[in-house]
Amino acid sequence: MKIIVLVKQVPDSTEIRVDKVTGTLIRAGVPSIINPDDLAGVEEALKIKEATGAHVTVISMGPPQASGMLKELYGRGVDECILITDRAFAGADTCATSSTLAAAIEKVGYDLIIGGRQAIDGDTAQVGPQTAERLDIPQVTYVDKIMEVNDKSVTVRKSLEDTEEIIEAKLPCLLTTLSGMNTPRYMNCNDIVDSFSKEVKIMTFADLDIPAEKVGLAGSPTKVHHTFTKDVTAETETYDMPAADAAKLIAKTLKEKQIITK
Amino acid sequence: MDFMLTEQHKMMKKLFAEFAEKDVKPLAAEVDEDERFPRENVEKMRECKMLGIPFPREYGGAGADYLSYILAVEELSKKCGTTGVVLSAHTSLGTWPIFAFGTEEQKNRYLPDLCTGKKLAAFGLTEPNAGTDAAGQQTTAVKDGDDYILNGTKIFITNAGEADVYVIFAMTDKSKGTHGISAFIVEKGMPGFTVGQHEKKLGIRGSATSELIFNNVRLSKDQLLGQEGKGFKIAMMTLDGGRIGIAAQALGIAQGAIDEVVPYVKSRKQFGRPISKFQNTQFQLADMQVKTDAARLLVYQAAMAKENGQPYTYLAAEAKLFAAEVAMEVTTKAIQLMGGYGYTRDYPVERMFRDAKITEIYEGTSEVQRMVISGQMLK
Amino acid sequence: MAKFEGYKDIYVFVEQRNGEIANVGYELISEARKLVASIPQMGFQVVGVLLGHNVTDKANDVIAHGADKVIVADHELLEGYSTQFYADTLTQIIETYKPDSFLTGATVLGRDLAPRVAARLNAGLTADATKIEIDQEKVADGEALLLVTRPTFGGNLFGTIVCPDTRPQMATIRPNVFSMDPVDTTRTGEVVAFTPDFKDTDAKVVVKEVIAKVVEGIDITKCDILVGAGRGAEDCLDMVEAVAEELGGAMCASRAVVDDGFASKDIQVGQTGKTVRPSLYIACGISGACQHVAGMEKSDMIIAINRDPQAEIFSIANMGFIGDVKEILPLLKEEIIAAKKA
Repeated sequence: MKIIVLVKQVPDSTEIRVDKVTGTLIRAGVPSIINPDDLAGVEEALKIKEATGAHVTVISMGPPQASGMLKELYGRGVDECILITDRAFAGADTCATSSTLAAAIEKVGYDLIIGGRQAIDGDTAQVGPQTAERLDIPQVTYVDKIMEVNDKSVTVRKSLEDTEEIIEAKLPCLLTTLSGMNTPRYMNCNDIVDSFSKEVKIMTFADLDIPAEKVGLAGSPTKVHHTFTKDVTAETETYDMPAADAAKLIAKTLKEKQIITK
Repeated sequence: MDFMLTEQHKMMKKLFAEFAEKDVKPLAAEVDEDERFPRENVEKMRECKMLGIPFPREYGGAGADYLSYILAVEELSKKCGTTGVVLSAHTSLGTWPIFAFGTEEQKNRYLPDLCTGKKLAAFGLTEPNAGTDAAGQQTTAVKDGDDYILNGTKIFITNAGEADVYVIFAMTDKSKGTHGISAFIVEKGMPGFTVGQHEKKLGIRGSATSELIFNNVRLSKDQLLGQEGKGFKIAMMTLDGGRIGIAAQALGIAQGAIDEVVPYVKSRKQFGRPISKFQNTQFQLADMQVKTDAARLLVYQAAMAKENGQPYTYLAAEAKLFAAEVAMEVTTKAIQLMGGYGYTRDYPVERMFRDAKITEIYEGTSEVQRMVISGQMLK
Repeated sequence: MAKFEGYKDIYVFVEQRNGEIANVGYELISEARKLVASIPQMGFQVVGVLLGHNVTDKANDVIAHGADKVIVADHELLEGYSTQFYADTLTQIIETYKPDSFLTGATVLGRDLAPRVAARLNAGLTADATKIEIDQEKVADGEALLLVTRPTFGGNLFGTIVCPDTRPQMATIRPNVFSMDPVDTTRTGEVVAFTPDFKDTDAKVVVKEVIAKVVEGIDITKCDILVGAGRGAEDCLDMVEAVAEELGGAMCASRAVVDDGFASKDIQVGQTGKTVRPSLYIACGISGACQHVAGMEKSDMIIAINRDPQAEIFSIANMGFIGDVKEILPLLKEEIIAAKKA
């Protein structure tokens, strides 16, 4: 069985803060990590590999620096890492990204594709379903447990708002995984040593059979109009007022900050 | 001369640091408080293939270098001195002599289980009357046909009872002094081999430290490690490598204390401002970090010398002497900077302070290291 | 001449399960009404899209909630949610009726369906919008360009996204972001039946079993809103909890409260407890010892209530209130309830 796992390198958004003076994002010193939902997918793929001898290929799209992250995935025991990288892909939204990923996936071949539900930088949760659409294969999103895999199908548990569904999907199909579903293994010393004799395979625009208008900025129907950072209070203010006024001021502030919605 | 870690070392360090942060740190206080062997950490180390780091792949090891193993001890010890010494005693005291001095048959028999962590190793040299003066061994192995009969008691043995394989030193010929000492591989469960009571210690309280008691333990000649009479040399060479591990443990404890104290001084306010704004705090911190960094260079230098097959007895002694004393000094200062809070078990620095002390004592006291260093100088 | 000939109206996907319509669909219809009202010159309508089996009678509810028209696809293959059959149907509806924009709730279902449909249509889709406006400058050119704002980078950065070149403009919106207008049962509207044409009726994905979710204990490290109780709030922990509940958050506690036996260790914040970084942390009767602060100082916004004007907590709080938590909390709870209604 050939499993492909889609992985994105992201800034650790829990470490990102807004500069309280300039109102801009403080990105310096923010570590890059493997997107948590994707890492859960890698762990599931490695578990299937241990049980069935499946071959696990990781595909990532990103800048050349992302190859360091892929080396670390070799250190966890995956069989093959591919980085899709080209200036032509810059500025891609999920529509263009899914077209690009699908083109690479077709080249590699697959029985099962696993991707994280969403990335912690963009939080769109769109790349998985859109890639499945491009490949014209079924999808199951929000998977929190892979229960059984055989040559024909996969049985999973999907986590919804108030319920869970046990779902059987015919292969080939695409699953999107949730970070809480497992504890991803660490790297291990043997695979770290071996990773230095393995190459991260690079795929560029020229390697993919895809028209230029489908990738990058040109292939992206959504455009960023403008961005702004959230409002953070820099000052510390202490109030000495009657309890009723204090309660009113707190509620008013929370309403303004959209913490109290409705 | 390259002072930078290679990409491979950096990736190893990342693994060790992540494991230490996520698994070792949350258990450290409990392991200390309950004087409990951190078996779950050993299991995790096994999953991460950390129990045979510097040994070749053919024997089940990772096939990495000695510095990678040293980085593991350092990173673990930043969070838990106990876990650091479990790995150190297993790797450089228990497993290494079998790798270095064992026959091919012995290596094939023991190393795969030890390197993959299926079994844990230990080393037994110290006796009630043979500490720093290790030559005064009273444990005996008397020849009986093709076998040896082992009798005697070892004390303060790290990983005692938890380990499955022990490298034990005994007199095979008292008349020859140190040349009458031989090394043996003894397995847990051999008739007549028992583990005595657990020592109550100041620090590294989760480390299993006990007596080993040998009462007419029958060992076949296959259990003899190296040649008869070469035991003292094997012990000394093993300790040379082990000292780098203990130096790394001391280094880790020192850095771990600094890592705790820095955020504390930034948030702790006295006289209306964070205590990090006081020059005394700043100067103390600078001194602590400079000494720890200097210790790190000595430790890595010794590890690289061993890896490259250069003489390292002297370098290992320097590294251990300096790192151990730095660990004591840095942990003492860390508590002082944190004041009353630092003295309580709410914060880990008091444990680090207690854990640091042993690094000046075991695998050769600081005095022994000074003897080794000056001996080399005055040769 | 309109830029996108033939594309008009704002469509809303009305999500239903077992014949029960999720509120988010009505919230989006209410918001869509405001949007069409902001561009009267375009003459747009609000159209609900309802998929299911034996759901046609629900169309009037959709109209009562503000839709001018409802397109209903009533088919046995649409009985339960299926990515395959829902995506086929929705794509055909969009291709047939050409909506100018299409809004879907950012529910598990919506986030499964909308991206799939957007990809098939090569339409732009903005996820998890928190605000939608129409660019008034473009209206004169006959274009209703949606300005869709959404949070990224864990809520630290907001991006306003547009789809200037493609139609429909698609967006998913989280539940509870927009408010739902009152029902008006006197409203009338058009109900249009749509018959989907499935390219393949063989289901590739089958739901074998549906299980109710087991509610597990609260993990305070994952809570976005925390109300922390210190020793000064020990005699009104019920109020701390009530305020937390009103805000949709959870209660946590300082070490003192845990040591005194008033709270479980699981919810302890601080050096010897857990480290949290919620969007909002309300510290009630917490003095602000280093021990505690180490576990919560990275919270985005800290509000502190303490009787002692000298309490250390005031030095790190964005808003500090000198006062008795026992007096303020009950009033705060009422104010929150009032603010929610407002």
